[in-house]
Order: sequence, then structure tokens, then C-alpha cells
Amino acid sequence: MTKKEWPLWEVFIRSKQGLNHKHVGSLRAADEVMAIENARDVYTRRSEGVSIWVVESKNIFASDPSDADALFEPANSKVYRHPTFYDVPDGIEHM
Amino acid sequence: MKELDITELERKFQEKIDNEIRIEPNDWMPDAYRKTLIRQISQHAHSEVVGMLPEGNWITRAPNLRRKAVLLAKVQDEAGHGLYLYSAVETLGADREETIDDLHTGKAKYSSIFNYPTLTWADMGAIGWLVDGAAIMNQVPLCRCSYGPYARAMVRVCKEESFHQRQGFEIMTKLAQGTPEQKAMAQDALNRFWWPALMMFGPNDADSPHTAQSMKWKIKRHTNDELRQQFVDITVPQAEMIGLTVPDPDLKWNAETGHYEFGEINWDEFWQVVSGNGPCNKDRVDARRKAKEDGSWVREAANAYAEKRKARKAS
Repeated sequence: MTKKEWPLWEVFIRSKQGLNHKHVGSLRAADEVMAIENARDVYTRRSEGVSIWVVESKNIFASDPSDADALFEPANSKVYRHPTFYDVPDGIEHM
Repeated sequence: MKELDITELERKFQEKIDNEIRIEPNDWMPDAYRKTLIRQISQHAHSEVVGMLPEGNWITRAPNLRRKAVLLAKVQDEAGHGLYLYSAVETLGADREETIDDLHTGKAKYSSIFNYPTLTWADMGAIGWLVDGAAIMNQVPLCRCSYGPYARAMVRVCKEESFHQRQGFEIMTKLAQGTPEQKAMAQDALNRFWWPALMMFGPNDADSPHTAQSMKWKIKRHTNDELRQQFVDITVPQAEMIGLTVPDPDLKWNAETGHYEFGEINWDEFWQVVSGNGPCNKDRVDARRKAKEDGSWVREAANAYAEKRKARKAS
């Protein structure tokens, strides 16, 4: 008897046309076709989606949480990237 | 790792918790936090899966097609909830198959409520109303649990669970308004499930050694006794509304505190059921073990089919 566990898949659902696919969770399935079938039963029992993506979890590369400061801190000091940084004189509209 | 480093990591970890910043799978966490979560989430997953058995017992005997469709949908939801939770356990590094085997060897526990038998159709009502009601009360605060994947699974579960309670209350209401025999059946189900439902919240706070640490880690947000009191306060008027009597001679409203006072829970019975001596403990675990064994050819066939499909695609 083989004791091969089904691989783990990450599931992404598009809730309606025009929106992006969003991560909803994971599940196990023998291959990508069965992963989609299982995802339909596990994650869309109440019309939560119109499209499903599955990606085998081992193919996802994630940033390291301990690098978070180095990666994301520099953006914090660049407030001039936001429109609210600028003064718009009174009386100027549509800007 | 040096001991000093760990102290510093633990301090930063607690700081995040205190600031309501969620912990995600790859973040550093104390071993004890990880172990507590693995234990709690896997027990929760097992409860969802074992919870299918008492209700599955009545699917083929539902009184009409509407009730049958509803019960099927509810039991299918419980399977789904089990799957969300097993996935959450896996994010903590636990092996899925080992987790499931721990249930089968008796190493892991599940909610003791599912060790009671479902003797009549009214039990489907009592379970939905009381057992799912108590579960919701436990699960709503878990939506704000400090561990991200558990909290997200709970949001999904709670959204789905409210129909479970309503369908149960509907069954009880209909029976309570029916013939004297039907009303008696509803009352009997309430009599048998009331106390086990109160036990679902776990031991009294004084006998619950993990509560303080779990609250400090914001895994838990309320103590067992707080949640139990809330459940009694909400449920007693619902029973009165449909003309059923809560089986507790000591139950009385305290206008000063704004809460119901209720009788002493039979903790001997609770510990007996938890330690494996409830009416159905053996049946439940046997059924799960049998399901795994009987399903093994399906899992192997799926693997074989996947291989075949892959080979065909490559050629």
C-alpha cells in the first residue's frame, strides 16, 4: 500500500467578474484538476466565486518576515508619494 | 539560540499581541504558543468532523425533503469546517495525517457533546439550536484570535454557522407547536442536551489552568464561565418563547445582576465523557477509523489517476 499524501494547494477565488482573485485558504488534492474540484466544494458552497486558481503550495516563494523592515520601512519616509502631501490653494478645483 | 535572544523575541512577540497585531505562519512564536494552538485547532477540527456523525444518523430519516436537504447541507458544512481547520493546523508545521491519526488513537480530544446519542428527530433540533448555538458563542470571539489563519477560518465558519442554529430552532419550534407527542419529543431532546451543551464551555474558570495564558496570548478572549453565562442568558428566553422548559430547578432570573442563576453542572459526568466513558465515545472513534480505512483505496486511486493523467499529458 502506498502511503503518499496528496500535495497541498493554495486556493484563490475571484468572487465576481471585474475583481481580482483572492487567497482563501488551502487544501489537499492529488493533482491540479482535483484541486479545483475540491476547492469548488470546500470554498464556494454559497456562490462565493466565479473563477478558481490553485497553485501548489511548494511553488510559492514568500518574503521573510524578518526582512519586513528592510523591505517595507523605506516607503514610510516617502510621504511625498501621496497626494495629501501637497497643499492645493483654496479655489483650485478638480485636482 | 542564546537565552537572552529568546527573552527578547518573546518580549517583541507579546508586544505585537498587546498591540493587536496578528501572528502569521512564518513569524517567530514561542514553542508553547505553537503547541497550544496545534492542540486547540486540531481538537476543534476533530470536533467538526466527529460532529457529522450524530446528525448523519438522521439524514436518511429526515421527515421530508426540505428537512433532508437542509440537514445534508449542514453536515456538508461541518466537513468543510473541519477542512479549513486542518489547513490552519498545517500552517503551524503539524503533519496533517499525524493530526488525524491522533484522533484515531485517542491521543487527541474532541468536543464531549458528540459522545451523546441522537435518539429522535427532535435531537436534530436540539443540536442545531443548543450545540451550534454554544459553538457560535465560542467561535465569534475566536474571529479575533491572535493567530491569523485560525481567525480567518473562524470568520468563514461563523458566517456559515448561523444558518445551523436557525434551522435547529425552527425544528424545535415546529415540534413545540405540534401534537402533544411532538411537543414531548422536543422537551425530551431539550432535557437531554441542555446540560451537555453547558458543559461545552469547559470546566469552571477555577479549574481551567490554561485560560490565563491563552487570554494573555489573545487566543481566548473570554473565560469559560463568562461564555457559559452569556449562553444561558440568551437561550433561556428562547426556550420560554416556544413553550419549552429548561431542565434546571435552580434556574432563576436575578434582576440585580441582570443574569440568570443556574444549577451546578455535573462535573463528574463531564470528566467521565472527556476521558472516554461517554455513551458513544467508542462508536465515534471507531466510525472515524473505519472511514479512514475504507477510504484509503479512494486516496490511492486518486494518486494513480493523477499519475496517469500526467503521463498522458507528457506524451
